[in-house]
Order: sequence, then C-alpha cells, then structure tokens
Amino acid sequence: MSKARNAVNTAGIHAILGTYTLIALWPIFLTIINSFKSRKAIFRDPMGLPGVDSFSLKGFTKVLVRSDFEIYFMNSITVTVVTLALVLVLGAMAAWALSEYKFKGNKWLGLYLAIGIMIPIRLGSVSLLQLIVDMNLANTLTALVLVYVAQSLPLAIFILSEFMQQIPTDLKEAARCDGVSEYTIFFRIILPLTRPAIATVGVFTLVPVWNDLWFPLILAPSEKTQTITLGVQQFIGQYVTDWNAVLASLTLAIVPILIIYILLSRHLIRGITAGAVK
Amino acid sequence: MSASGGKFARFPHHIVIFLAPATIIYTLFMIYPLLDSIRLSLYTTDGVGAYHFNGIANYITLISDPEWSGAFWNALMNNFKFFMVHMFVQNPIGIMLAALLSLPKLTGRTTYRTLIFMPTMLSVVIIGFIWQLILSPLWGVSESLLEIVGLVDWFQPWLGQETTALVTLSLISVWQFVGIPMMLIYAAMLNIPHDLVEGAIIDGATHWEIFWHIKLPLILPTIAMVSILTFVANFNAFDLIYSVKGALAGPNFSTDIMGTLFYRTFFGFQLQLGNPTMGATVATMMFFVILLGVLFYLFVLQRKLRRYAL
Repeated sequence: MSKARNAVNTAGIHAILGTYTLIALWPIFLTIINSFKSRKAIFRDPMGLPGVDSFSLKGFTKVLVRSDFEIYFMNSITVTVVTLALVLVLGAMAAWALSEYKFKGNKWLGLYLAIGIMIPIRLGSVSLLQLIVDMNLANTLTALVLVYVAQSLPLAIFILSEFMQQIPTDLKEAARCDGVSEYTIFFRIILPLTRPAIATVGVFTLVPVWNDLWFPLILAPSEKTQTITLGVQQFIGQYVTDWNAVLASLTLAIVPILIIYILLSRHLIRGITAGAVK
Repeated sequence: MSASGGKFARFPHHIVIFLAPATIIYTLFMIYPLLDSIRLSLYTTDGVGAYHFNGIANYITLISDPEWSGAFWNALMNNFKFFMVHMFVQNPIGIMLAALLSLPKLTGRTTYRTLIFMPTMLSVVIIGFIWQLILSPLWGVSESLLEIVGLVDWFQPWLGQETTALVTLSLISVWQFVGIPMMLIYAAMLNIPHDLVEGAIIDGATHWEIFWHIKLPLILPTIAMVSILTFVANFNAFDLIYSVKGALAGPNFSTDIMGTLFYRTFFGFQLQLGNPTMGATVATMMFFVILLGVLFYLFVLQRKLRRYAL
C-alpha cells in the first residue's frame, strides 16, 4: 500500500519538476532550432526540428555580413576578461588587508565597501557619464572596465574576506618568522590559496558584466565599442522583420553563455548555496 | 622587521598599498557619482548650460508639476505592480520548486536544478526578444500551443495591449529569474536539521505538514532576503522594458517603470531634450525607494525574523 503510494508520489514530483524544466528550456530551444531553418519552415512548422528540406544557414550569413558581430564579440570578451582579472587581484588584496590586519577604521572601511552590494551603480549614471566624458574615456572599453570593476568589487571583497578568514594562521606565522615581507606572503602564499573562491567570484562578476545593456548603451555606444548585448539589441532593432537574422543573432548570443554555464554550473551553484548559508 | 601589522604608531605602508587600488576605483566610479548625482538633483541648468542651485524645486516639479508628475506616478505605480507580480508569482513557484528539490531520495536533483536555473544566466535583452517572438501573433507559436490544450480562444496579443503588457513583461521576468529564489531557498532547506524532520516523520506527519509547519517557518529569513534582492533589482530594472517596448515603454506608457523614465528624462525622447538635472532627480528618487526597502529589510524584517525563526 504505502510503497505504491510512494511510487505515485515520486512520479508526481518528477512530473511537476519535469514540466517546469520544459517551461524553462522550451523558449530557448525553440529559438535555437528555428535559427537553423528557412524562413518558410520557421512559419509553417515552428516547433519542428530542422530537417533536410528546411535546414538553412541564411540567418547566420546575414548576421555575419550585415553586422560587426566578431567585433562585438571581441569587445565583450575583452571587457569581461580584463574586468574579471582586475576584480580578482584588487578584490583579493583589499579582502586580505581587511581580514588580516587590525587597524583603526577597519570595520568602517569594510562597511563602506559593502554599500555597493545593495545600492546599484546605475543610479549615479548622470554624474558617471559626465566623469567619463571629462576623462576623455567616452566610447572606450576602458570606461566600461572601470565602471564594471567598481560595480563588482563590493561583492567580490565580501566573498573573498569570508574565504580568507578560513586560511590557517600557521601558514602566515611560519612565513613571518622567516622574515618574509607582507607582499611576498600575499602574492606567493595567499593569492594561490584563494583559487577555490575565484570560480564563485568569477561567475558573480562575469554574468552581470557580459549581459549588461545599460552602460554600453550610455558610455560606449559607438559601432567600434559595442558589446555583444548592445550589438544584438541594435541589430534586432534594425532588422525586426527579418526573422532568420533575428533568430540567428539570438542564437549567436545564447550559445557561448550556455557553454560557459554548463562548464561552470557546479561552481556557480555551490557559490550561490554557500553564500545563502551565511 | 616591520612585518607584523597594526602595532606600530605609523600606519604600515603595505596595508595602504593593499587597500588603495580597490578603494580608489570604487570611490571614484561608484560612490562619487552616486553622491554627485544627489547634488545635481538640487541644481537646474539655464539656456547656456550653466548650473544654478535650485533647492528641492526639482523634486516638487517631479511629484506635482502637471507636465512631470503624471509620468512619475505612473512609472512608480507600474514599478510597484512589477514588483508585486514578482512577489506573488516568483516566490511561490521558487518555494515549490525548492521544496520538491530538497525532498529526500530524489533522483536527477542536480539536473533539474541546473536546467531550471539556465534562463537566469542569459541576458535580459535576449530573453525579452525571445518572448517577443513567441508571443507575437505573426508567428503563432503561442496560439498553436494554446490550441493543443484547448484554450486557443484565450489568445491575445498580450504584449501589445495596454491592460496586459505590464503583467506579461513581469511574468517574463519571473520566468527568467525564478531560479534565484529556488536556489537560495533550496540551500536554506538543506540546512534544516535532520532530527527535526525525522522526529516529525516518526510522529506520523505527512510531507505536506512537515513543509507547512517546520520547513516554511525556518526559511522565512531566506524568503525575506530573496524579496529584498528582488525589490532592488526591480526598482533598478530597465533592460527588459527597453528591449521589448523601447524607451517609450508603450503602449501609451503602460509599461513605463522608473528605469525607463530615468533614461528618457536624462537622454530625452522624440521632441523633448535630455535633462541631466531632472535625470539626477529621478535617479535620486529611485535611490530613496531602494534605500527605504533596504532599511526596512535590515531593521524590521531581519530583526523580527531572527527573533521568531530561531
């Protein structure tokens, strides 16, 4: 009796989770399969997989010919990678100083740096744009990197400090007894030890930066500095009625993120769940 | 010799060097623009572009001038509706998914989790366009889907109608971000001590009773945290409305929220010129709304929940 009821319960649970998984994935799946179809097939049979007579790469060729997709892509990669590197090194340095040394104002500085976790940087856009223009950085990738570093540092410092408090004191004390400088301790011993936290900080930095539309739109909208998110937005705005091109450009923007996500999902999920525990 | 920090009267230079780069970039590109925006909201520009101190006149204009107040209150109310849909749809779905995922002996847990979280990773812009295509009467995908379940008469161009556009956009956003509450609540549920649940099972409680009387009260602090994260994100949202409906947030401003209002005020639209000081005023209003939410969370919700939920 009870066993049969359990089996029914389990089936019910899988039915609900399975249905929701379908709801979550179906729109993405639909976009990708239709980007490989001819225009006729897109409208005649939207749900069908691309077959021998409906397969077409027309959308992709159009996107690559009509827009500077490769440039957008390189811009996004440059901005994301440079931001990530700076956030990791500068964030780790600050997190180390805050968690290791006792000095006057330590707690206040920690609080000051934490404000940015909750208050969005976007609200300062009016003055930020003025500042970037005054610094002659409008329409440069440097502007985007600086803003994204400022935006990502608070959370990175927070996560890294929690992590650094767990580094055993013996390691540091042993080095100090040998008369090694504080810089050597940090760069040779501590920084390599933070590697496990890097993945977590990485995803929290990478995803919002890669996906952002606002700052590319207001700080660097020129053709040469557009990121992939802005590039796709502008491209689709221009070719709304060309379904092949629209679907292909969406697919081009989705696939790299899906690949990174599948590779990193374990770290990401561990990062989110570990953060929630605290 | 000067290795151990902190005990010296002179401030040790390595502490400064470790802290300076992060603090300087953060202060210059985050804190300064925020404070300067608040300052600018107290100024006005004249015909030649010079700034004059104006007190709180901009705020009075924004909330009471017939030319501005309509748009402002409309955007603020719409933003509240946008948030309410998240609260009452995203949280229950997230809790349900988390509760199911945390049941013991469930196979395929990691796969479900990974797949359901996937849309959250994608750009809001991309998600907006995908749903625009799916809901488009031109393509007819939603119509044929509704036909399968026998609800084809239901179909309407939801994104195009004044009465339904905002709710539809909110639901698209819920669809994308439901993974976050799911994940955080799931983590909180895993932390519930086993003895509590096992004790209840021995006493003959059903899964449903365990969820309702043991798990739900214990995850209330997490639900409060998810809600404040959603609140901040919603009152700062822009990308979704801008990519689906453009800066004019149509039809007839029915999907206008604070983010799009800020953009239009700052950069101008159609015949109206951009206005940096009024833009700063709108941004500062957003800042106050977000600040109120954060303070309410820190000083009311968190304290209350800590007292009861432990």
